[in-house]
Amino acid sequence: MIATHALTKRFGRITAVDAVDLAVGEGDRYGLLGPNGSGKTTLVRMLLGLVYATSGEIEVLGRPMPRRAAEVLPRVGALVEGPGAYRHLSGRANLRHLDAAGPGGSRRGRRARVEAVLDRVGLGGVDERPVRAYSLGMRQRLGLAAALLGGPRLLILDEPTNGLDPQGIHEIRDLLNELNAAGTTILLCSHLLSEVEELCTRVGVMDRGRLVLQADMAEVRAPTGQVEVRSPDADRAVALLDGRVEHRSGDRLLVRAADAAELNARLVGEGLRITEIGARRRSLEEVVLDITGPSADRLDRDTGRAPDRDTGRAPDRDADRDAAQEPQP
Amino acid sequence: MIATELVKMVRRPRTWVSLALLCGLPAIVAVFLGVTEVAPEPGEGPAFLSAVLTNGALYPAAALAMVLPLFLPVSVAVVGGDSIAGEASAGMLRYLLLRPVGRTRLLVAKLVTLVAYVLLAVVAVVATSYLAGTLMLGDAPAAALEGSDLLTSVSGTGLTRTQLLLRVGATMLYIGACMLGVGAIALFLSTLTDSSLGAALGALAALITSQVLVTLEAAASVQPYLLTRYWLAWVDFFRDPVLWRDIERGLALQGVYVVVFLAAAWANFATRDVTS
Repeated sequence: MIATHALTKRFGRITAVDAVDLAVGEGDRYGLLGPNGSGKTTLVRMLLGLVYATSGEIEVLGRPMPRRAAEVLPRVGALVEGPGAYRHLSGRANLRHLDAAGPGGSRRGRRARVEAVLDRVGLGGVDERPVRAYSLGMRQRLGLAAALLGGPRLLILDEPTNGLDPQGIHEIRDLLNELNAAGTTILLCSHLLSEVEELCTRVGVMDRGRLVLQADMAEVRAPTGQVEVRSPDADRAVALLDGRVEHRSGDRLLVRAADAAELNARLVGEGLRITEIGARRRSLEEVVLDITGPSADRLDRDTGRAPDRDTGRAPDRDADRDAAQEPQP
Repeated sequence: MIATELVKMVRRPRTWVSLALLCGLPAIVAVFLGVTEVAPEPGEGPAFLSAVLTNGALYPAAALAMVLPLFLPVSVAVVGGDSIAGEASAGMLRYLLLRPVGRTRLLVAKLVTLVAYVLLAVVAVVATSYLAGTLMLGDAPAAALEGSDLLTSVSGTGLTRTQLLLRVGATMLYIGACMLGVGAIALFLSTLTDSSLGAALGALAALITSQVLVTLEAAASVQPYLLTRYWLAWVDFFRDPVLWRDIERGLALQGVYVVVFLAAAWANFATRDVTS
């Protein structure tokens, strides 16, 4: 669906996107993660032909962009950096205007098309009030409706749940799942890890312009070979599992073991009380924090404690994180 | 795309407010003239005003002379400056380009809309001032022309109604062409910035610079190339015979401005990164 090769964009001296090889397959729910300012939006704008690449190649729907934009874009729906609308027109009028501006929409079917996408995003009953009177969530829904006009095969959504309440987020997630089941490929850009974790089958992580990770979600969240045990009899468990306990804090133990059920049977067999037990998987958050630097909107004062040249991270923040996550001996 | 842009302009309240303001000034002047019947001395005040007191049929020409120096170019600069930058600041530019609307097509649609606005404005001024003129000043032919089918006179010879209509029509087209120069500058600036106010102000700065230099003797060497140098040449339509020299030069000069700035606008817009 999307393939880029060594895609690079420089704005003056700043390299916003640096040699990115993005690969989104047909039917994927691809989550593009990264801190603010890591180049996600610039990458998306290049995919859509809004920003021109400095070097590298882009293929969307099997055709080179931006050269074949006229063929590609009618089958792509997008929400880029927040919805846009004429504030003095109603949501319906905005959608009608967009529908009329693009190709391939006969005048006769316009009303039906507009009403269909409004229903899809839960704005079917909206009145004729101008967009300036809309709430943030309504505007977001309107932006999604605009992206769905024309029944796209590929949806590129940048922060689609921005400004929505928890119910709204849930609805949108259901909608995206539904569209994906019907064959729409989805590229979701977000800095909300939970959103990507819940929705996506494949994940890419950007950091300072580079795509530092691109993998299937199952692979990212593979078991770590550790089992998390919680037991009021932790002392006895440590004695029993001599050497296999990698970390202990209070009644929580991190045990090196391949199978949680087997470990459970053994501990219970020894008469230990187990409150919780389960294989430990790395959360997406851990993975992402591990491979990305600080967000680009954090600007530390340059007082000799400048970010480490090798990692680009601010040392103090890194230290905090390590203290919180490293298993203590 | 062109049709949707035109519809959008017509549906926009701002269009009608600006037209109302444009038509308001001549109407107010007509009321004062009609009530007081104090005419400016010939050669003083806005062109034609001294000639219209007895016959309102020539009032549209006087009305155009009133709005031409400032009101009309200001509104054209605002509409032109809003064309691309306004879309950008509403966040709609990217969504229009993603529909997709080709960048050249969008620019052409904006240009056509601008031309339509200029024509609409000129027609509105002429129509309302004709009404205001005939209502407040009457349309009786001047006493000297009593009994003939002549309506009014300029340069000492009379004009029939057809001749007058033709000349007013030609004036409207000429002024429309002059406004396109400002419009092209505003459109170009509009592709440079995401602030429609900035683009409009930039175009106005160009306009005012030109108007100051036109009156400055020391700037005589550049005067033939100034944007506003031939704007008042439309007065020559009301001479007998029509004096074509300045009108031709004015059209050619505006043509050059339009071509240069539209080419610059296209070159910039077609190659620029849309980051709004």
